[in-house]
Amino acid sequence: MAESDNIVVETAEKIFADLADPQTINNDKNGAWRAPLWQALSEAGLPLSWVPDDLGGSGAGLADGFALLNAAGRFAVAVPLAETMLAGWLLAQVKIASPEGEMTVVPASPKDRITLDAGALSGRARGVPFAKAAKHFAVLAHGKDGASIALIDAAKAQIESGLNVGYDHSDTVTLDKVQPITIKPAPRGFDQTTMMLMGGAARSLQIAGALESMLDISVRYSNERVAFEKKISKFQAVQHNLARLAGESAAALAAATSAADAIANARSFDDEVYLEAASAKIRCAEAAEKGGGIAHQVHGAIGFTLEHVLHRYSLRALAWRDDFGSESFWAVELGKLVARRGADELWPLVASR
Amino acid sequence: MTAALRFDPIRLPEKCEQLRKEVRAFLAEEMARGTFNPFKPNREDTDVPEFSRRVGERGWIGMTWPKKYGGQERSFLERYVVTEEMRVANAPTRRFFVADRQSGPVLLKYAPEHIKMDILPRICRGEVCFAIGMSEPNSGSDLFAAKTRATKTDGGYLINGTKIWTSSAHIADYMIAIFRTSPPTKENRRHGLTQFLVKMKQPGIQVNPIGQITGQYEFNEVVFTDFFVPDDHVLGEVDGAWKQATSELAYERSGPERFLETYYVLTELVRAVGPNPDTRSAEGIGRLVAQLHTMRRMSVSVAGMLQAGKEPVVEASIVKDIGTVWEQQLPHRVRDLAAFVEETATNRETLERQLDFAIKTAPKLTIQGGTTEVLRGIIARGLGLR
Repeated sequence: MAESDNIVVETAEKIFADLADPQTINNDKNGAWRAPLWQALSEAGLPLSWVPDDLGGSGAGLADGFALLNAAGRFAVAVPLAETMLAGWLLAQVKIASPEGEMTVVPASPKDRITLDAGALSGRARGVPFAKAAKHFAVLAHGKDGASIALIDAAKAQIESGLNVGYDHSDTVTLDKVQPITIKPAPRGFDQTTMMLMGGAARSLQIAGALESMLDISVRYSNERVAFEKKISKFQAVQHNLARLAGESAAALAAATSAADAIANARSFDDEVYLEAASAKIRCAEAAEKGGGIAHQVHGAIGFTLEHVLHRYSLRALAWRDDFGSESFWAVELGKLVARRGADELWPLVASR
Repeated sequence: MTAALRFDPIRLPEKCEQLRKEVRAFLAEEMARGTFNPFKPNREDTDVPEFSRRVGERGWIGMTWPKKYGGQERSFLERYVVTEEMRVANAPTRRFFVADRQSGPVLLKYAPEHIKMDILPRICRGEVCFAIGMSEPNSGSDLFAAKTRATKTDGGYLINGTKIWTSSAHIADYMIAIFRTSPPTKENRRHGLTQFLVKMKQPGIQVNPIGQITGQYEFNEVVFTDFFVPDDHVLGEVDGAWKQATSELAYERSGPERFLETYYVLTELVRAVGPNPDTRSAEGIGRLVAQLHTMRRMSVSVAGMLQAGKEPVVEASIVKDIGTVWEQQLPHRVRDLAAFVEETATNRETLERQLDFAIKTAPKLTIQGGTTEVLRGIIARGLGLR
């Protein structure tokens, strides 16, 4: 286990180890593990880490929350922890108190738009993670006066169930003149891009965590599995594949933790934060593809079975690529930003911290 | 779970940013006076003695070393900033760079006091050029296979044999080299190599240039014939150079020069596509920038580990592996992305000239400083596989 030097992560890791062991979850086909896990996380105040005390949260701070998401990624946790954290964070931007229970954010794709007209919300959002499980949605909407942030009752939305590549709920949410519980104008400069960068950073930390675990279980498996009368870890070709997996895992973790550090210490979502968060999402998604591929290669056929835990990490890391903007979306946007700033401003941007 | 390697997000301190401004201003001045042209990476003369002296005057060589040897006692992170600004600008650092990065630190650790007092201040002034003598014909990355012998004689050693792929030997004043002082033992194949300080431009040393596929001449073959090295030029433990040489490599493997060698083509691509790129160019540039940014953050993080007195051998190997594979692919990706750039783009000709050179440079990038295969072996060892 990676060392944790803060109480939030320590608490979370303990809960995950007790109630979210991937092998136990994998064997539990009817999902009985979900309720006790969510209850323990809620009792510890973790889903509302990013919500200040006076708004019903535990006020843990951005850095601790990101570290918590990294730990959640290491356990490939499949409850709406990241989603509730993001929703709480979004609501806190306009000092809307967070209700109890599961939440998610709408929209979850940079291309979808929710509109605000005469106090009611309308629009369609695809790929909303855990919409089916959420009791409330935190919504970012656009009206003629700019962006607004709203809390709505999930029961007021039409939800079309869907599953992502990792078998987690990823649903289509349609709002048809939904009256919000509370709605307030977003702070100056806060827009859908801000929300997508934050969501992308959260996913990056989860992907990095999943890759850490994929590296661990792959190294362990290679030291156990014997083929051609040798442990496969002794074959140079396998060693080089695992070295590349270590590189991808390290790159993902470096990119994600750097973005988290940048966001936690920034005054606003400026170009430097944009570079950090967009880069993290791009690089982590690339690492999920390359690194996950190697992990499966090392595991051979066993890693392709439902009985083995590898897919809990590998498929989820692949699925997380799509949320809050895919790597191709962010690459285009980052490329445009770089081009707009001009050739001689590229290095100063990269070397800004 | 122990396998994952952490690269903590080091933030460069404020004084680094001040220093960065000074370096940029200095480099702009040097370009203005015609010392070098950043748009010509393949310029003939990468050794510009007066440039080295001016860098030395600024205190930017041997920055981390003790003041009594001419250093500035500044941090690795400050040195890092100077190195990356020089590299990005394509500054002619050939004369001092190896001494600054590797040879100086080796002398600091292992040379007798009078040699430190003699050589280190001259390195800091930008007057001294170093070469590194590790590879030999048929050895290369396999350092154990080195055969060039150092035979004990009165007051020193006699050297016989050949070093090869020695960058800058033709202009170097000194070389730090490993020679065989004993045969390897059955128990320890790494035994028997010793590190020496060699004064170049002496009888008994012949330097033969080897042309490179880029058209440049920076490699050499260096032939030693009964060349005498005095006893006080032994660096560290006799027969024990293996450990010394490998810990030195963390400095060589993680720096910004390990992913920025072909960086200039990316800048010129951005210039060529202009402010409104098509989707294909934008995506290509965005990915390359994200990859570059990530590697740089990893490399800065390793500089932070060096600053903290750690020996990040595995982390440095990861940075070098990912970094050199990236800088090797970069010219090819840029070529691909530039295919639809308008013929009339202002700098198209510069970009094409640069691509020609970068594509020819690329094959060496994953070889110098330890091949990709050797690095992956080191990483695998770090993972507990060997």
